[in-house]
Amino acid sequence: MALKYELQEVEVWDGNYAASHALRQAQVDVVAAYPITPSTPVVENYGQFVADGYIDGEFVMVESEHAAMSGCVGAAAAGGRVATATSSQGFALMVEVLYQASGMRLPIVLNLVNRALASPLNVRGDHSDMYLGRDAGWIMLDSFNAQETYDLNLCAFRIGEHKDVRLPVMVNQDGFITSHTAQNVRPLSDEDAYKFVGVYEPVDELLDFARPVTYGAQTEEDWHFEHKARQHKALIDARPIIEDIFAEFEKLTGRKYNRVESYMMEDAEVAIVALGSTVESARVVAKYLRENEGIKAGVVATRVIRPFPFDAIRTALENCKAIGAMDRSAPGGALGMLFNEVSAAVYTTSSRPLVTNYIYGLGGRDLTLEQIKDIYRELKKNADAGEITTKIQQFVGLRGPKLEFFKTRRG
Amino acid sequence: MVEIRWHSRAGQGAVTGAKGLGDVVSTTGKQVQAFALYGSAKRGAAMQAFNRIDDEQIITHEKFMLPDFVLVIDPALVFTDNITMNDKATTKYIITTHLSKEELISQLPELQDKKDRVFTVDCMQISLDTIGRAIPNTPMLGAFVKVSEMFELDYFLGRMKKVLSKFPQKIIDSNMQAITRAYNEVK
Repeated sequence: MALKYELQEVEVWDGNYAASHALRQAQVDVVAAYPITPSTPVVENYGQFVADGYIDGEFVMVESEHAAMSGCVGAAAAGGRVATATSSQGFALMVEVLYQASGMRLPIVLNLVNRALASPLNVRGDHSDMYLGRDAGWIMLDSFNAQETYDLNLCAFRIGEHKDVRLPVMVNQDGFITSHTAQNVRPLSDEDAYKFVGVYEPVDELLDFARPVTYGAQTEEDWHFEHKARQHKALIDARPIIEDIFAEFEKLTGRKYNRVESYMMEDAEVAIVALGSTVESARVVAKYLRENEGIKAGVVATRVIRPFPFDAIRTALENCKAIGAMDRSAPGGALGMLFNEVSAAVYTTSSRPLVTNYIYGLGGRDLTLEQIKDIYRELKKNADAGEITTKIQQFVGLRGPKLEFFKTRRG
Repeated sequence: MVEIRWHSRAGQGAVTGAKGLGDVVSTTGKQVQAFALYGSAKRGAAMQAFNRIDDEQIITHEKFMLPDFVLVIDPALVFTDNITMNDKATTKYIITTHLSKEELISQLPELQDKKDRVFTVDCMQISLDTIGRAIPNTPMLGAFVKVSEMFELDYFLGRMKKVLSKFPQKIIDSNMQAITRAYNEVK
């Protein structure tokens, strides 16, 4: 029987340590992991908890991330509650198995501590790995600070294991900025946390020999399409279930999460849409600009990246005039993912706000509050002019000559 | 908001020091942030760590800061690092050195006009004498408590004891001595 871990009402934890404690409190049956910066401490701390007697479950050390996710698939199919963590190259190596996990409808929780992808090699935070996983059929949650990483891990088990969802869930946090920044975190007691997550009731577990089932079947053109369509429907239909679980979490903690987080959007003229810790920095700036420059600024963020909140993001943004979609991932010869998805959503409104794309922060490049102020001021110019006054895609914080692409043909 | 920048070498405990300071400050009901710029830096490489302290939740995540305090815990870094980077007219410097304050400033032109905001303390010697190893982070906390006037020494020691409670008594005692000595010796 695992020892009880004494926690204080307020702890000073970084995002990684917060994730480790959430996994411990969820009483995970199997963690199969291969450490990689900056996610290493998630499983390092977890291993320490195992060694110190705080965990009853198995901790399997494997030879690669491909094996880590394979181990998770096997353990989840067998009927266990399963979790792991990775970043960047390790995540890239997992990709093949990510699709297997979601296709087999296995509720695995993966802590993805966001980091750039090589080459050039870089250990710092950007969203390249997050973007790489966006079509893998997983539910993707995004945390903006260590408290949220902790909270969303607890919610992730509830969401993924829900009998009408049955899908794996990623919890994203920014490498270093969240994962290695210690901040005040209010954890639940072990009892309350486990009570919220609940006892796992597996469905179609392989170890139920009285009722044999097949995992990883082959289907060709006869059934593959139907399987993938059902998987997509399960993702889209997870939206109200996610909202219910967030509401239940709010009752327990007072901390409210939404599929789309809106800040000062009631009367906002200009809005930044972002992911990760940038959301909070943008909130600082939005408040500042309202108080000091009279710019009606707001911030919108996709807390749930998948299923993409096409409905909620449209509602959040349709009354503003100009939007800056901020992508922290090399766009690889296209507009950024957030730009494309946000644009598509607001295109189906009658107001059709002006949307521009800002690429920033690759490989951990700092995004300063001053830079965010400049972005809002540009958006304000667009809003006042009624048309896009800059190029549609711009790079922020880049050294050398300004890099920007595409002119608007509207207005 | 109070902002602090630590200059250190990887392995000297700036990250632990910054987190320890965060731990102690959080017990007073304040909000804290502790982070570092190190990534894959190897032991001995110059690095920086940071604290933010505020009454409200800290939601800025820029690495850039205009520090209120600059804490230098390696004696050679004042000569190689740009320790006055992004400083303000009120920024206070606490520098670990075996030199007297006058000797140190005479060798550092960039500190000439900031004399009354420069404080020195020999964290290396203090940690060698008390803890038995050259880990200058703990003494720097003592010097910081004195210069910042953020806490009474006894209050800080009490809170620090709690933070260190998982360690053997001997380690707790030597850390308390290191903090107290630096508090008394910083000039």
